[in-house]
Amino acid sequence: MHTFGYRANALLTYALTILALMCTIASFSDNFNFPSPSAEIQVLNFNWFQKQPHGNDEVSLTMNITADLQSLFTWNTKQLFIFVAAEYETPQNSVNQVSLWDAIIPAKEHAKFWFQTANKYRFVDQGSNLRGKEFNLTLHWHVMPKTGKMLADKLVMSGFRLPEEYR
Amino acid sequence: MDWQGQKQAELWMQILLLVFAAVALATGYIIGSFRMMMLIYAGGVVFTTLVTVPNWPFFNRHPLKWLDPSEAEKHPKPQKAVVSKDKKKSSKKVTAAG
Repeated sequence: MHTFGYRANALLTYALTILALMCTIASFSDNFNFPSPSAEIQVLNFNWFQKQPHGNDEVSLTMNITADLQSLFTWNTKQLFIFVAAEYETPQNSVNQVSLWDAIIPAKEHAKFWFQTANKYRFVDQGSNLRGKEFNLTLHWHVMPKTGKMLADKLVMSGFRLPEEYR
Repeated sequence: MDWQGQKQAELWMQILLLVFAAVALATGYIIGSFRMMMLIYAGGVVFTTLVTVPNWPFFNRHPLKWLDPSEAEKHPKPQKAVVSKDKKKSSKKVTAAG
């Protein structure tokens, strides 16, 4: 602790170490949050359902997405990344997951919402297995913290079925 | 700063930083604002820097007692007697041989 520079360096190093410790504690405090999110998705309409020139089926649909994800937010949450995926089984693949729509929720106030939207991303199959197919719509969310580990979870909603014939 | 002052400065630095960190963490968690925690801690770091890093007079309360110049003159440093030693050596040789 002899010179000015020596003390300034010691202070800075100690301050940064303590900062790292504070961030660890802040991240750990997220474990005390027990979230209770809820969501509901309705398919309003299948806009069109065709077989593409390459032989793959494609669907366009309009959905009503309602959710209350406010309980997922803590003081250490930066934003929430959510996406809706359609999941189904084909003879070729045991699990198919196609992402239809996503959004970033930056704050707790925006976490209780109602969206009516067509699928943002194309719902295309590998092959032509979609006629009359039963599928689940799953709402996935990734809780992105300000500091610490990211948490991912989902809510599965089943009971959806594609039309039998192309239209 | 003197030695005692340096020790005090280091101690104060550690205590102040820890206290500010604890206060910042508690405040941030209770009011639910990460930003507030960071601001309090940053303020704390600046405050601690101002208190412990510069050479304040209160860190120099136990100055080292250097020897007074007038006292030092009374006890001169011993001179390196190189020349006289050589003479002594040569004279000794003479007596041993003779």
